[in-house]
Amino acid sequence: MHQLTIADMVSGLRNREFSSVELTQHFLKRIQALDPQLNSFITVTEEAALAAAQAADTRIAAGDAPALCGIPVAHKDIFCTEGVRTSCGSKMLDNFAPPYNAKVIDGFNAAGSVMLGKTNMDEFAMGSSNESSFYGPTKNPWDTNCVPGGSSGGSAAAVAALLAPGATATDTGGSIRQPASLCGITGIKPTYGRVSRWGMIAFASSLDQGGAMARTAEDAALLLNVMAGPDGRDSTCLDKPAEDFTRNLHESLRGLRIGIPKEYFSEGLDPQTEACVRAALAEYEKLGATLVEISLPHTHLAVPAYYVIAPSEASANLSRFDGVRYGHRCENPADLRDLYMRSRGEGFGEEVQRRILVGTYALSAGYYDAYYNKAQQVRRLIKNDFVEAYKNVDVIMGPTATSPAFALGAKSKDPVAMYLEDIYTISANLAGLPGMSLPCGMVDGKPVGLQIIGNYLDEARMLNIAHQFQQHTDWHTAVPGMAA
Amino acid sequence: MEWEIVIGLEIHVQLATKSKIFSGASTAFGAPANTQACAIDLAMPGTLPTPNLEAFRSAVKFGLAMNAEIGKRSVFERKNYFYPDLPKGYQTTQLEAPIVGAGTVEISLPDGSTKSVRLHHAHLEEDAGKSLHDLFSSKSHGMSGIDLNRAGTPLIEIVTEPDMRSAAEAVAYLKKIHSIVTYLGISDGDMSQGSMRCDANVSVRLKGEEKLGTRAEIKNINSFRFVERAIKVEAERQIDILEDGGKVAQETRLYDSDKNETRSMRSKEVANDYRYFPCPDLLPVVLEDSFIEEIRKNLPELPDAKRERFEKDYGLSRYDAELLTQERASADYYEAVVKGCNEPKLAANWMTGELAALLNREELSIEQSPVSPGHLAGLIQRIQDGTISGKIAKQVFEAMAKGEGDADAVIEAKGLKQVSDTGAIEKMVDDVIAASAAQVENYRSADPDKRPKMMGFFVGQIMKASKGQANPKVINEILKKKLDALL
Repeated sequence: MHQLTIADMVSGLRNREFSSVELTQHFLKRIQALDPQLNSFITVTEEAALAAAQAADTRIAAGDAPALCGIPVAHKDIFCTEGVRTSCGSKMLDNFAPPYNAKVIDGFNAAGSVMLGKTNMDEFAMGSSNESSFYGPTKNPWDTNCVPGGSSGGSAAAVAALLAPGATATDTGGSIRQPASLCGITGIKPTYGRVSRWGMIAFASSLDQGGAMARTAEDAALLLNVMAGPDGRDSTCLDKPAEDFTRNLHESLRGLRIGIPKEYFSEGLDPQTEACVRAALAEYEKLGATLVEISLPHTHLAVPAYYVIAPSEASANLSRFDGVRYGHRCENPADLRDLYMRSRGEGFGEEVQRRILVGTYALSAGYYDAYYNKAQQVRRLIKNDFVEAYKNVDVIMGPTATSPAFALGAKSKDPVAMYLEDIYTISANLAGLPGMSLPCGMVDGKPVGLQIIGNYLDEARMLNIAHQFQQHTDWHTAVPGMAA
Repeated sequence: MEWEIVIGLEIHVQLATKSKIFSGASTAFGAPANTQACAIDLAMPGTLPTPNLEAFRSAVKFGLAMNAEIGKRSVFERKNYFYPDLPKGYQTTQLEAPIVGAGTVEISLPDGSTKSVRLHHAHLEEDAGKSLHDLFSSKSHGMSGIDLNRAGTPLIEIVTEPDMRSAAEAVAYLKKIHSIVTYLGISDGDMSQGSMRCDANVSVRLKGEEKLGTRAEIKNINSFRFVERAIKVEAERQIDILEDGGKVAQETRLYDSDKNETRSMRSKEVANDYRYFPCPDLLPVVLEDSFIEEIRKNLPELPDAKRERFEKDYGLSRYDAELLTQERASADYYEAVVKGCNEPKLAANWMTGELAALLNREELSIEQSPVSPGHLAGLIQRIQDGTISGKIAKQVFEAMAKGEGDADAVIEAKGLKQVSDTGAIEKMVDDVIAASAAQVENYRSADPDKRPKMMGFFVGQIMKASKGQANPKVINEILKKKLDALL
């Protein structure tokens, strides 16, 4: 049953081939059996899941089943879930159960889906390996000595190991696409503003965007259908009506112009990874697409600009965690200063503290123009690169990550090496563009991802492009040995 | 040495919107602590601000009333600092692109002159919560309470250029702002509840010097009277320092109204670096011209225009017109009185005289006046038609103030009706003349120019005899006739 896609499950449930309770029990059992090796979940909500499954079965029986009725999903522990611990991977929020749901969670609830639990993540979504989680690292199902990527590593590992057919995730600099690549699944980060950020704990507000992970592009589209849409509670959420992201899935790719940025195939890219990506591009040519070499000349400035803007915003966003109203509070504070310093010093891990410091520095009097302002200027240049490129191409493709999954601990002592993990993904966040990763090959038994960067609001087209590839290849059907 | 005081003001005005600037929680004053703070006000994880359109409308009204530029594209920024009553760890405010730009406003001074004060800008921001130190400290080992009801209440911060030169000018400016915001109905302007709070930047320099002196910022002064006293005492302090050859420190000071002194709060040099940057949760707010024009069209008559109209239509002096139009409620009261009696000058005299004294004595606002405009108009009518004299009217007014009914009822009940019956008055005149032989003799022998003045004695005696109820006009006529007959 765990091999089924979400699309299959939807029809299986409607045709009474199995019930949601059976489906949910099956996945809960798999989590129980396999997750101790992976640590992809922080919280498993077994009881609530079974109750929701029961309710879904009743609705299906009554012929009143909304889109994802009875479909089990996992939610990244960054989305607030009413009454259920929402830790954001941090000791700071280990004791925090919000009294409200994120807009995304409300969307899934309204669609009748069943929450299996909350997935592991880098602390406050800061990381590319899931090693900064307070709850310990998540392991890659393809090789448990390797990282799953991050920060949505828990969601990616859970989907890859078939512990959940789909999961929510967020992407600030690559946190959906890079773990999707490293775990061999399909992940989409929509256009900035597509998915409401209400109830999604902020890392860097101008870059954060919720998205979906699944095994196929079609499943990702089904998940995105219930996530996207306007929300008056998020001023940055686009005023675009919800749409059916599956509507273009079956269109032909004949005449599609694919831009290949030369900057994405330069030094630092693992040759075997490059070979997989090139092979995928050749497949697209077979499907009728044309490859056009393009240049995104400011690509090399993306990582430095990002590591000024994201920490600057984070330094303010994380100020609310002060030990006063909720979250971790130190024992017996001597005075206010002691309360702040120890609560934050104990509650935040090393990487989070590092980024708060970097951001605080970048915004300080006398440095603001040199760092924050300059980074914002670079951000505009990067955006302009894409606007120029889209005058000649329909979509841009390249590798998602420089290499397949790396070993646990390999980069955790070297922040800059870790930051460079996101070298191909960060630009889309800075420009606010939608991005995807889909499996396109294997290197030494570990998956390689192909990145698709689309034009603004072009998600339906991107999902079509990914779906057509998956109709002609089977990289997305591969299952890690431990999960078979 | 002659010193000049230089003052700039920063005035925080709470806007009277129903809900907060970035959340739907109520802004009503006086609710139990922390009952009017929602998840957004508490800065719960994942919550986001949504701007309140009404706050923008209020700010634009204010900008138009100040003849100021309206920031058609305004940007919210985060001002970062840690304090327990600031839940997000930053205040959402405006810095580089405020909603109201430069403008000017004219103030009237006690000596009758006027002066233009330049507005630097006014911006929208959220208020912080309240820290309650006194409530808890004695019982709870130095703990403080936090009340977040006020957190997120919309404010406009009004910043002037350093254009004021005396405490009186600063107070006049503050009163003008109070007048404008209450006329516009964008704030209740209640300083005692903190709806309007004032910081004063005060420096001194030798007269004729162009360079500004080092300033001290006096924080959170919460009454007109304290603003005046705080500025005076701070200027004196700075002058003393400078005359002793010392240097004024740039710092933030607090005014202690009990001791009438200012005290150092913190030094500006080591103050927080607020690390302002544009708030990524809020997009720049762009105002359409049509939005601004709609507001302009619906602006109420403002104090200056009303004052001019009162001078022109009611023939009032600038001083009286200014006094009556400072508060919208006074102006409304005045116009209601005039409507009821059609005696604009008498109405003004009564309002600036007896009524003002009464309200002052009882510490009441015009809205709380025990004498209604209708009652005052009725009283003025009785003066006009000769039913009572001006003197008796004061007695009637006091009775009305005690709630003894309208003018007619009081006059009736107390039998205060003026005696205009010539026969009765003639008798009183005769009696007084008969009893005042010496004064009559003086009158007769006096220089004719001096005689009218000497009549005062007889009038006084007759009034006394009539218990003040005789019509002075009738007395004068009869008395003059009778005295002249004796010549």
